[in-house]
This record gives sequence, structure tokens and C-alpha cells, in this order.
Amino acid sequence: MRINITSVLVHDQSEALRFYTEVLGFVKKHDVPIGETGGRWLTVVSPENPTGCELLLEPDGHPAAKPWKDALVNDGIPFTQFEVDDVRAEFERLRGLGVRFTQEPADMGTVSVAVFDDTCGNLIQIIQMN
Amino acid sequence: MIGKSLLAYHRGVDDAAEHERDTAGEADVFKALADPTRRKILDELAERDGQTLFEICSRLAMKHRLGSSRQAISQHLEVLTGAGLVTSRREGRYKFHHIDTRPLERLTDRWRNRETKET
Repeated sequence: MRINITSVLVHDQSEALRFYTEVLGFVKKHDVPIGETGGRWLTVVSPENPTGCELLLEPDGHPAAKPWKDALVNDGIPFTQFEVDDVRAEFERLRGLGVRFTQEPADMGTVSVAVFDDTCGNLIQIIQMN
Repeated sequence: MIGKSLLAYHRGVDDAAEHERDTAGEADVFKALADPTRRKILDELAERDGQTLFEICSRLAMKHRLGSSRQAISQHLEVLTGAGLVTSRREGRYKFHHIDTRPLERLTDRWRNRETKET
């Protein structure tokens, strides 16, 4: 058994694709229309590991999704995490692109972390192993 | 918050009623400071002011190995807020916590002022 995919719940798949590729730097892997709802099976991968785990940009249309996402954001909780080599450098790069951070880089001992808003209703933590 | 404003702006202890309220406000501050986790929260907010609940929890867990639950930290923040030592600020969908040291400034005046008079 392997972990091949994980999800973020987004309120607009096209906007999410733009942010996750043009801003974060991931690349599109799959983009398949599903049914007649206008939804897509839309995944991105890291260019550093194109055959690795995919990230599904999944519509957050379920009524439970928004209250759950809002409650997490209210407390500053990132549900999803990505690893980076240099959290300070990535923070500077993303901030230069207009990304809003709720938590600037902080050294937590074994790791350094920062948290930003993905503009799709989620907070994301980036983490550097020290 | 009544206690906080009194602590922040009240200088004399001439009026008895005012003195009562002032003492109540002080008691909140001393009670808030009596807990080591709450003092750590203030340490971390003094290091970086304006943190989400998640960041405060992360710092306590990762830096200080304090395994308190998010609910427990949230309650500690309520006590600190009640004593006027922490304020929270909403910015869009986010909520940030800030340290306010003004209640501390008045805390020891009554003893330090006496020292001043005697010297």
C-alpha cells in the first residue's frame, strides 16, 4: 500500500490551479472533466518529484467544508504541509509574489516553519528540517 | 476589562471604592502570572508579538515540550485576556494575539513608591 494522493479543498479549481502552479511552482499532472457538474480531477505535483505524491485540488462544495475550513483558519491551523529546503528563502520569495503569511518563519528547534494563506480558503505550513 | 483600565490609568489609592476595584484587577494579574504555562505564552508573545493560536501552540509544544491541548491553551489565553495582559485582534479571517504589558507597570508601584519615599 502506498500514499499516492492527498487533497486540499478549494473553492475555485481554476484559481487554485493558478496559485498552486504559477505562485507555488507545482506542475499540473492530471486535468480530467468529471460528470456534468463542471468539476475536474485536477492534480499537481512537485517538479522536484514529478512521479511522487499528487496533490488533488478538490472542490469544497460539501456543506461541511466551509465551516470546517473557517474554523481552522480562525485558529491559524494549517491542515496541509509542504517541505522546503530553506523556509526563510521560500518565505521571501512568496511574500514578494504577494502571498499573505499568518506566521513568519520561526525556529522551533528540530524544524523551522512558516504558515501562509493559499487564497483558496486554506492555510499551508512550509517546513524545513534543521 | 474594567480592571485593566483602572490598572492602566489609576494612580492614587485615595478612594476606597476605587481601591476595591483596583485590588480586584491586580488579583487577576497575579493569578494570571501564577501559572508557568501562561508565563511561557507571554515569553513567546514578547519574542514575537501577534501570533495565531496555532503558532502559540506550536511554540509551546516544539520549543518547550509542553503538551497542552489547544483547548487548554485557548483557556489560558482567556485568563490572560481577562487580566488585560493579552489582547486579540481580528484581521479578516485570521485572529492574532498580542501582549499588553501595561497592567504590569502599575503592579508593584505601591511597594516601590514606599521605597522611594524612605530613601
